[in-house]
Amino acid sequence: MTPLVDIRDLRVQFLVGDGAVQAVKGVSFAIPAGRTLALVGESGSGKTVISQTLMRILPQNAEITGGQVLFNDPAKPDDAPVDLVALPADGKMMRQIRGGSISIIFQEPMTSLSPLHTVGDQVGEALLLHRNCSKPEAKELTVEMLRLVGFPDPEKAWRAYPFELSGGLRQRAMISMALVCRPSLLIADEPTTALDVTIQAQILKLIADLQAELGMAVLMITHDLGVVANVAEDVVVMYHGEVMEQGGLRDIFGDPRHPYLKGLLAAVPRFDMKPGERLIPLREIKQDRSALKRPEREAWPEGADDRMLTIEHLTKTFSVRNKGWLARGSTQHLAVDDISFDVRRGECLGLVGESGCGKTTTSKMIMKALTPDSGTVTFNDRGTPVDIAALEGDKLFDYRRKVQFIFQDPFGSLNPRMTVFDIISEPLVIHKIGTPAERAERAMELMRLVGLDVRHLRRYPHSFSGGQRQRIGIARALALEPELLICDEPVSALDVSIQAQILNLLKDLQKELGLTYLFISHNLAVIDYMADRIAVMCSGRLVEQASREDIFKNPVHPYTKALLAAVPEPNPDRKLDLTALMAGRASIPSAWPEPFTVAEGSTLQMIDLGNGHFVRASAKPEGIAA
Amino acid sequence: MIGYLAHRIMLMVPTLIGISLITFIIIQLPPGDFLSTMIAECEAQGESSCKEQVAVLTEEFGLDKPVWQQYLIWVSDLLQGNMGISFEYNKPVAEVIGESLYLTIIVAGSTIIFTWIVAFPIGVYSATHQYSWGDHGLTLLGFLGLATPNFLLALVMLFLANVWFGTSIGGLMDPQYVDQPWTWGKFVSILEHLWIPVVVIGTSGTAGLIRRLRANLLDELQKQYVVTARAKGLSPGKALVKYPLRMALNPFIADIGNLLPQVISGAVIVSVVLSLPTTGPILLRALQTQDMFLAGSFLMCLAFLTVIGVLISDLLLAVLDPRIRLAGGAGH
Repeated sequence: MTPLVDIRDLRVQFLVGDGAVQAVKGVSFAIPAGRTLALVGESGSGKTVISQTLMRILPQNAEITGGQVLFNDPAKPDDAPVDLVALPADGKMMRQIRGGSISIIFQEPMTSLSPLHTVGDQVGEALLLHRNCSKPEAKELTVEMLRLVGFPDPEKAWRAYPFELSGGLRQRAMISMALVCRPSLLIADEPTTALDVTIQAQILKLIADLQAELGMAVLMITHDLGVVANVAEDVVVMYHGEVMEQGGLRDIFGDPRHPYLKGLLAAVPRFDMKPGERLIPLREIKQDRSALKRPEREAWPEGADDRMLTIEHLTKTFSVRNKGWLARGSTQHLAVDDISFDVRRGECLGLVGESGCGKTTTSKMIMKALTPDSGTVTFNDRGTPVDIAALEGDKLFDYRRKVQFIFQDPFGSLNPRMTVFDIISEPLVIHKIGTPAERAERAMELMRLVGLDVRHLRRYPHSFSGGQRQRIGIARALALEPELLICDEPVSALDVSIQAQILNLLKDLQKELGLTYLFISHNLAVIDYMADRIAVMCSGRLVEQASREDIFKNPVHPYTKALLAAVPEPNPDRKLDLTALMAGRASIPSAWPEPFTVAEGSTLQMIDLGNGHFVRASAKPEGIAA
Repeated sequence: MIGYLAHRIMLMVPTLIGISLITFIIIQLPPGDFLSTMIAECEAQGESSCKEQVAVLTEEFGLDKPVWQQYLIWVSDLLQGNMGISFEYNKPVAEVIGESLYLTIIVAGSTIIFTWIVAFPIGVYSATHQYSWGDHGLTLLGFLGLATPNFLLALVMLFLANVWFGTSIGGLMDPQYVDQPWTWGKFVSILEHLWIPVVVIGTSGTAGLIRRLRANLLDELQKQYVVTARAKGLSPGKALVKYPLRMALNPFIADIGNLLPQVISGAVIVSVVLSLPTTGPILLRALQTQDMFLAGSFLMCLAFLTVIGVLISDLLLAVLDPRIRLAGGAGH
């Protein structure tokens, strides 16, 4: 059987500055009709370049230097295959194929739709371009498509603007745009990377359902092996512009041959890891262990409370001002609702939840970057409880030394106009620690500590990769020898292989410097790897809190269960159970079954299930052994 | 919508009161005033009749009263549409400004149209052909336009126009048409003279607009939704006009607020150099001679137009950009 698309010895290069960079070096593989092929690799492996070549939407500085992409249009079975590479990129024929026979969805649902045009306009546009239909017909078909991708009120969605929709709904709108002309190939370029796990599971299910209904082929481009294991039938693994390995899903996962694939599989945190098992990054950081030395501190007093941070009944409401013409006034948005937990000395507490659940707001209140409406944050300074709300002046300044922050975005969190040396030594300058020579010494020590070359101290952040930047951020956070580190999604912007490096680094540092972590993430597998205890947040509420083992073995709250069920595992034998997702309602508190339902105005208590396991409910759930 | 409009118009009141206060204070700041200068001149010439004239004026506008009362009289007159009397021209302010207003509007209107017609195609070309020879050449031209002083360009062009086309020096029309009723000949004569101020005043504006449009459009062209549009199969031209160009327009709509006062005040220096009968030189002269009602009312007109202009551009933005209309301060 002839494949839908046959890629033969494709070569693409980018012209940069003084030369050319080979992005794709002779790649050959075939996409069979009606099946799902996953293209796997890290960023920079050339997988997105291949998708752009198929669509002929390569950036201007890219050049196809060789090879063929043969496309057999199922709508014209008698025609000879078309070589997409030989067509003029903006010619009529290529434009017919683009969006008509082959369409694409992108990673960023937030930016891939125009904010100035309605969803109906943007989706219907594809129909008007490729199908000979009138505007009313186009509207009818568009609304039908929006219904198919799961908009509860497609008529309303047709009139809506993208910014009025949530990320998941935007991605659905994007999918409907790609599918409205019923293409024979859908290219999904990291379609769920920017989404929460529960939404990711829904979108993956949606793509699979639509694929079955429309009989199209899917080229799934992803770096997430969990997604691959769940959706793919065939897998192509890419590394540095070359195909490393290809085959059926089970062959690839069951018997990985190529060392790169083996490495990739070992670098991903999994739920079934043995206690104490380490992730193996593709490239290990060469850390200078001699730089590791425990900061000299007063010993923790005997018999003192070992809770380093105690948070009690923390509440924060944001009032959102509506400046729009149609809805003036302000609405109250409860960002954090009556949260209590504590972080013990030397442990890593994982705070997990979807975007918008209040994790970051909580961390900002701990840093005293936001003032809570009510509730207290108490820091235990060697036996002396310190209420951080009352901290001012010098005392607040001292507190800042003890609690430091690692940010999510390795690009936005480093000032591009400061050298690495300035960035790392700035906290020391602010806190007036040491002489310039001592600071220079300390900066070199910190660089070695995070495995960076001290010769790079005079460089600027732009010359480092995302993972290296994140290590600079860690070095900066460690400069003041803090006791508590708040890590807000420190690896979610990084590739899997880099993610393993950073996680291992953070783990080592915690052990050897005696640090306490509050580790915030939306990724359960990462939390599982890092945390001793886990607190689950949803819609501003803490819904469940327990030790790591209990959360994974014995989740009680429906939201925790849904969250666990939604994580795709890199194991083809354990596919997602989509029924446990409550059809996307798992994160709506009023849809939770009794005794977890949160009705209007009612507050539920955290109920102790014993063994440090707490769940928010109105009564003790049945069938739970205390 | 109506509530929003009412709210905005309410906000204009304190703004205008503030501006009127500042305007009045600034006009009062320099020592002396027009009338005392007038009396001094009269006394030097030994005339006595003008003293009575001064007394009448002083009485009418309460110039012997305390400053705050003078301010109140001025403002209440303004509210009734009476902009006071220009001492220098000895005519009501409205007449002094009104005469030159329509010529000012012709010059400014043509300048704006010229600017947009020239700048838009060039800006779009520069952005879509970034770093090409065309882009570099046009950018060089643009910088030349930005860097050349307007008055210098004005002098050069006056000279050239006179030498090459025999156009009379200065003014907006040949001398025989000044203060004459409209005729075809006058119209042609205005057209012959108009292009010099339009080009001179428009050059720097055009260059600035090209740079900004290029920068805005380059930002927008990077955005993912442009790729989405191409991936749908739209032709590059259509995709450009419908998506990034539309987004890049916002700053220009926001700019409309600044255009209105410009229409009235015009480019003062160029107008003086070219001796254009527009309002700019009148304002300058009024400020120099401390012709207080002319200067004050003129400045209030400008302030009022600015405030109205900003309101108009805000309304237009809201009409054109659904994010402003619907999302408001929700922080998207």
